[in-house]
Amino acid sequence: MWMTDFLPALLGGLLLGTASVLLFLLNGRIAGISGIFGGVVTLASQWGWRALFLVGLVAGGLVYQLAGGNVNIEQVASPLGLVIAGLLVGVGTTIGSGCTSGHGICGNSRFSPRSIFSTVTFMAAGIAIVAILRLVTGV
Amino acid sequence: MQKLVALLSGLLFGLGLSVSRMIDPAKVVGFLDIFGDWDPSLAFVMGGALLVSMPATQIILKRRQKPVLDKEFYVPTNKKIDKNLAVGAVLFGAGWGIAGLCPGPALASLSFASGGLLIFIAAYLAGTYVGKGIQKLQVTKAQQRLLNS
Repeated sequence: MWMTDFLPALLGGLLLGTASVLLFLLNGRIAGISGIFGGVVTLASQWGWRALFLVGLVAGGLVYQLAGGNVNIEQVASPLGLVIAGLLVGVGTTIGSGCTSGHGICGNSRFSPRSIFSTVTFMAAGIAIVAILRLVTGV
Repeated sequence: MQKLVALLSGLLFGLGLSVSRMIDPAKVVGFLDIFGDWDPSLAFVMGGALLVSMPATQIILKRRQKPVLDKEFYVPTNKKIDKNLAVGAVLFGAGWGIAGLCPGPALASLSFASGGLLIFIAAYLAGTYVGKGIQKLQVTKAQQRLLNS
């Protein structure tokens, strides 16, 4: 459990923290993926650095894959579930101003009350929906 | 130079998400499944991130007036916990729980994507436009109220 689950999670987390600090210290920007994505797809002003961040994000996964990392991923939702989930994540992160990265890592690091509130709320909603789906589907 | 920093930061971010296994939806749902067969390991992802980011951010904000390569820290100015924040977080959390995917991991695993992931990303893109539309509508309504008052 330690070597296969906890250690990679911790190492990955340290990398995420380092990436966020780098962007904040040097560029003064928040490493919030939904905000960056929203800026790119609406071609907001200064979308250039955001597009490059996303290129890096995809490249990071590719490098990991080329280095022989574990790329076994298992989708849990049906195609309809994926559509509903994608829409909810898109609408929710846009009107809620952030996701697991912008609120969860960056905002909480600034002790932002909005981010602390958001993190507690989306965690609770995620836990609730998994519990409800478990009850409904009976698995 | 700032563009290079953004690219590098994105690269590290994508690596971090991959190494941590946040890119595996089954694992994410296992983490949220606290009443079932709970897999607590992903708590170490945010834990590890905050371990670096929290002290560093606090020190940066105390010691520096501006970032190294720019004129100001682009930090959100809105301090109010409002309805949009609450509703948005509930909707996002629900979507995250249904598919086990949030924006970062979905994009970081794009290079080894299956059909399912592409469906999610297309819907996520559509949802982002819907969210932007809702925000625009709210601004227009607020302006009309101001004009009418």
